[in-house]
Amino acid sequence: MKSTLEGFGEGLLEAARERKDLILLHADMDAVPIIDPFVSNFPGRAINCGVSEQDMIMTAAGLALGGKTPVVLSWSAFLTTRAFDQIRTCLAIPGLQAILAGTHAGLSAGEEGVSHQMNQDIALMRSLPNMSVLVPADAASSSVSVSLSLDHPGPVYLRLGADRVPDTCTDRNADVRAGSGRLLREGDGITICACGIMVHEALKAAEILSQQGISAEVIDCFSIKPLPSQQILASLRRTGCCVVAEEHNLIGGLGEAVASLSASENPVPVRCVAISDRYGQSGAPRELQEYYGLTFREIVGESAQAWSMRRR
Amino acid sequence: MKTAERRELEGLALEVRKDIVRMTGVARSGNIGSSLSLVDILVYLYWKVLRIRPEEPHWPARDRVVLSKSHACPALYAVLANRGFFDRSELWNFRRLGAMLQGHPEMVRTPGVDAPGGSVGMGIGIANGLMLASGFDGLDSRVFCILGDGELQEGSIWESAMKTPDLGSGKIIALVDMNGMQMNGPVKDIRNIEPLREKFESFRWTVAEADGHDFDDLEGAFALALKRADEGPSVILARTVPGKGFSLAEKGLLGYPSSPMNRERMEQALREMESATGGTGKGEDL
Repeated sequence: MKSTLEGFGEGLLEAARERKDLILLHADMDAVPIIDPFVSNFPGRAINCGVSEQDMIMTAAGLALGGKTPVVLSWSAFLTTRAFDQIRTCLAIPGLQAILAGTHAGLSAGEEGVSHQMNQDIALMRSLPNMSVLVPADAASSSVSVSLSLDHPGPVYLRLGADRVPDTCTDRNADVRAGSGRLLREGDGITICACGIMVHEALKAAEILSQQGISAEVIDCFSIKPLPSQQILASLRRTGCCVVAEEHNLIGGLGEAVASLSASENPVPVRCVAISDRYGQSGAPRELQEYYGLTFREIVGESAQAWSMRRR
Repeated sequence: MKTAERRELEGLALEVRKDIVRMTGVARSGNIGSSLSLVDILVYLYWKVLRIRPEEPHWPARDRVVLSKSHACPALYAVLANRGFFDRSELWNFRRLGAMLQGHPEMVRTPGVDAPGGSVGMGIGIANGLMLASGFDGLDSRVFCILGDGELQEGSIWESAMKTPDLGSGKIIALVDMNGMQMNGPVKDIRNIEPLREKFESFRWTVAEADGHDFDDLEGAFALALKRADEGPSVILARTVPGKGFSLAEKGLLGYPSSPMNRERMEQALREMESATGGTGKGEDL
């Protein structure tokens, strides 16, 4: 088991070997274990910007304007909020290529508490035109997400967790493409769209649902923007109901994206497992996940609800 | 500076000023006070200092200009047009739907605009990144960052300024257009940014001062900044007059700074500028 942050570090090393123009900028993140290997492999290509996220994004923009590919790493909570104006003005509006890696996202900042946990980042980033948003579920897809982001011309927000997570798929390159979801389990009773740590919970939930006679299709929607719309709609046409699970506020995340898609293209019951518009608190990440209702149990419950609401 | 050279720059500055008046007059909006104060600095920079190729705006080895006080873009647009980056007729579409020249610069639309902007306080940070990039490529290009005095109230300016001296042998030269005014009045009354020389010096920048409307003075300040460029960043504090060249704007009678221009005021400004220089400018039917 590895964290998506660690997976990102592996993907970053691989990408930096191929792309000499890749420059890593971070906001005093030396303590994060992915920095050391990068610095020793690529001396001179990592810049510690200090605790100055705004300057870091502006510097990244300058590097991109000068033909480099900046990869920016900081705490999700500070990167996406403190430097939001810079992200919008300097990267998103001109559509400059950059990876914004926000780590310790969701509840994975755990004991650090509410200020360091981040459950509004997907909403902020996906509201920006030109910005793509990827939320990998495990280390392998996180690693692949780096090269995926670099194939994309504009800025990409990559949401990372610091907590170790189980692998959700054995095939390392399984269908990890921007704008496409990973179909992890086929079914025709209900569509479960999930991202990040909730993908593993969704697979567990699908197992329980199958014992109850509901065959769940599980799609890892790691590409939240662009959303794998056609894949989701095709699934909804078969199943007629949907649950979306995400480690994010109920407002502005994957749930709303899928609900909005369904509402306009194929209205079916869509229920969300997410944080119900509140802030977190200190605790171990798994404890917080239980406390804020982000487990397979909630997915099973909401699935039963959505399934009973579907049109027959 | 030789008299002929100075005369030539003054002539160019007059044309740029008149174009600013015309474009804001036609658009009936745009920040004229902050644009007119910047004209002489930009004219000196674009005609005497910059290594650029207007016919090849993306030439990789070019010097870069980051207009951090991007509300003064009418001045930049008029300079770029007169310097040959695009046709002057684009100026008359300033701020119109679909125009190349947006209300605040949008780099992807406008040849010669090197950096994003619109939200102030971002120029030095972008300049830092541009300088790092040219360092990685072994280029000798220099980065010029144009700041306003009001925007120095933004914290992000100082975050970036703190970093610049540690970025190695880069060549960043910042200019502050010290016109003393911001949206709601005098900078010193709203949030005093002084002592500015001491602030920049304590941030390890070389500081030069100049009269921002005197080409001899600007020549000296640029020479000092360029001479020191290998040692670290420099900043030129250029004292200017808001609305320079148009009496209503200079006296603050248009309301600062987004002066509501109209055709009548435009004609008055053009008459003033013509008469102050002996009426050498060419007429233009708009």
